[in-house]
Amino acid sequence: MRDDLRKLWDFMREVTGDDAYERYLERHRRTHPDVTPLTEKEFFASEQERKWDGINRCC
Amino acid sequence: MPNVLSKLMWLVIALLGASAIASIATHRGESINALWFIAAAVCTYLIAYRFYSAWICAKVLVLDETRATPAERFNNGRDYIPTNKWVAFGHHFAAIAGPGPLIGPTLAMQFGYLPGTLWILAGSVLGGCVQDMVIMFCSTRRDGRSLGQMAKDELGAIGGWAAMIGALMIIIILIAVLGLVIVKAMKHSPWATATVLGTIPVAMLIGIYMRGIRPGRVLEGSLIGIALLLFCVWGGSYVNGSEALKSYFDWNDMQCAWFVMIYGFAAAALPVWLLLAPRDYLSTFLKLGVVFMLAAAIIVLSPTVKMPALTQFIDGTGPIFSGTLFPFVFITIACGAISGFHSLVSSGTTPKLLANEKEIRMIGYGSMALESFVAIMAVVAATVMEPGVYFAINSPAGVVGKEAADAVAKITSWGYPVTVDQMSVLASEMGEKTLFARTGGAPSLAVGMATIFSSTFGGKLLDMWYHFAIMFEVLFILTTLDAGTRVGRFMLQDLLRHVSPALGNVSSYPATVLASFVFVAAWGYFLVQGVQDPLGGVNILWPLFGISNQLLAGIALTVATGIIIKMGKVRFSWVTGLPLTWLAIVCTSAAVEKVFSSNPKVGFLAGANKLAADLASGVLPPDKVASAPALILGQRIDAVLAMLFAIILWIVILDMLRMSIRFLNGKPVMPLSESPHTQTQLAWARD
Repeated sequence: MRDDLRKLWDFMREVTGDDAYERYLERHRRTHPDVTPLTEKEFFASEQERKWDGINRCC
Repeated sequence: MPNVLSKLMWLVIALLGASAIASIATHRGESINALWFIAAAVCTYLIAYRFYSAWICAKVLVLDETRATPAERFNNGRDYIPTNKWVAFGHHFAAIAGPGPLIGPTLAMQFGYLPGTLWILAGSVLGGCVQDMVIMFCSTRRDGRSLGQMAKDELGAIGGWAAMIGALMIIIILIAVLGLVIVKAMKHSPWATATVLGTIPVAMLIGIYMRGIRPGRVLEGSLIGIALLLFCVWGGSYVNGSEALKSYFDWNDMQCAWFVMIYGFAAAALPVWLLLAPRDYLSTFLKLGVVFMLAAAIIVLSPTVKMPALTQFIDGTGPIFSGTLFPFVFITIACGAISGFHSLVSSGTTPKLLANEKEIRMIGYGSMALESFVAIMAVVAATVMEPGVYFAINSPAGVVGKEAADAVAKITSWGYPVTVDQMSVLASEMGEKTLFARTGGAPSLAVGMATIFSSTFGGKLLDMWYHFAIMFEVLFILTTLDAGTRVGRFMLQDLLRHVSPALGNVSSYPATVLASFVFVAAWGYFLVQGVQDPLGGVNILWPLFGISNQLLAGIALTVATGIIIKMGKVRFSWVTGLPLTWLAIVCTSAAVEKVFSSNPKVGFLAGANKLAADLASGVLPPDKVASAPALILGQRIDAVLAMLFAIILWIVILDMLRMSIRFLNGKPVMPLSESPHTQTQLAWARD
């Protein structure tokens, strides 16, 4: 039961992008640990710019 | 044994679906339970998904689970990122689900429930779902390229240009018609207007919260935002109750239209984090919540459908929009069955998230089936109210008359009894002064939803539910409006780059402001035309929107058919070729009727000529004289546009046929632009 709730919570965080920065840091450590990562604020700001550059809402 | 059991289960689903459709189709006279609609829809989607989509994936597309997707090959942790399939499904569905499938079916119910329902079911499983899935497949095999780029690579420059112009036009018309829906929901409704205005500072507050105070805390920011939005609905009721405040929010059509235009411009020119992005989070949460709530409420309440299966308006004399059943039911439903706009999300955006090709079936086909289910719920919400009430809310004053007594007399004379008392009781229950002539579909949908919600979840509170529903509709219409204006501005700057590099510079603030202004002026022109139209505007703008949307779907299906033929699968080309043929017939007939029909309510040119004749002979009432010249010019521009849409579609189709014939005769054509097979390294792809 607790595990299921935990999974649901993790899913909610992933689908809404709530954990995007944690994922970014994790990937960053794996791929190029020598480079300083963006701060959470910078990351979120640049993500929003990127996300709204294309078509992501319909009629 | 499990095999037998599974076969038995599918047999039961097939039988249940068939009998549900049969009872909907053959039911006459007495009322029918809405659960039959839900059963017919769910069984249709299940059967089509299990068998048809599986067959297409196995035989036509030949999805290959060992092939690395663009998300894996170009993984940058940002836009290219292999994503859990349910998360990708959530993102894709949130992107494709817009207000179209709620509004189109509501309007189409003037023909009765049957034609619209059948088209929503058949059109989605054979057309819309197939389009979304096949385009997603094509884009995934081409590094996640956009529809326009694929059209250029596979068909040539003509196809590429057609797709680009088609996309730009559909966005302009779409925003104008959605703006019109908001105007009709807000006009002379202090409660709705105050609530909608309240949502703007709420969005900005959440924007600042997510940017500066708790960066990236999307879930908590959205939950706070939703609480504040509900507070706005309550605040609207406070405004409505106060004589002093009320007058500030009692706006007429033109004032509402100016608000929508100024708002659209501001949203496109302001940074995304301040208004666009936070409001999108709020509207996505609210949209998913309301969709599930509505489904649950319909199942619990199992309301009775009161609209007849067919009305006399199939002959083209309908009050909400003019035109015969064929082709206008297809043009009006549009997004609920097949939406060209989806091909812009299915290419370019979602393919960059797929971890494995196999998921294209669920995400492409499945999302559209769910979207079509939303359209079925809109059908239920529109048909469970008394038909007389439905027509009273949706018929423009230009058709049924300005006075309530005239309107109810006319609607009753059609065989849909309704009284002035009934309408004023309903309006006061909903917290409105009047519900007459609220064209555009949103108010009648809100009445339907408010009735369903308040009877299911207990309590009276109809007025709160009504304004909650209006707030929900307006919120996500505004999201489409800003996102569309922003995308349109980029497209415009992309075109302007060819003229002047300075104007095409997207990081230059003056160029951005100028392009935003030009783009808002473009849709604002059509919006004002719709507001001034005595027939309510929907009669002009919704068919134009439907045609442009189906045109874009036609272009997407043409690209898909060309690719299937070049893959050497000409014997399966009917999978996309058949819906394409149908759309070409529908789109062309609708465009020809809208341009050349001699009925001034249907044909743009006849409408313009009649108005010009009335103006010249002086029979127009004085209040109409001022706006007449602009309306005459507007209808002529609409005629040119409708014709242009049909011509663009045929150019692309003929170009594809020319290429296919060359290919089948062994002559050289542009090669398939598919990227080569790379073995996937993702272990979980093979489970």
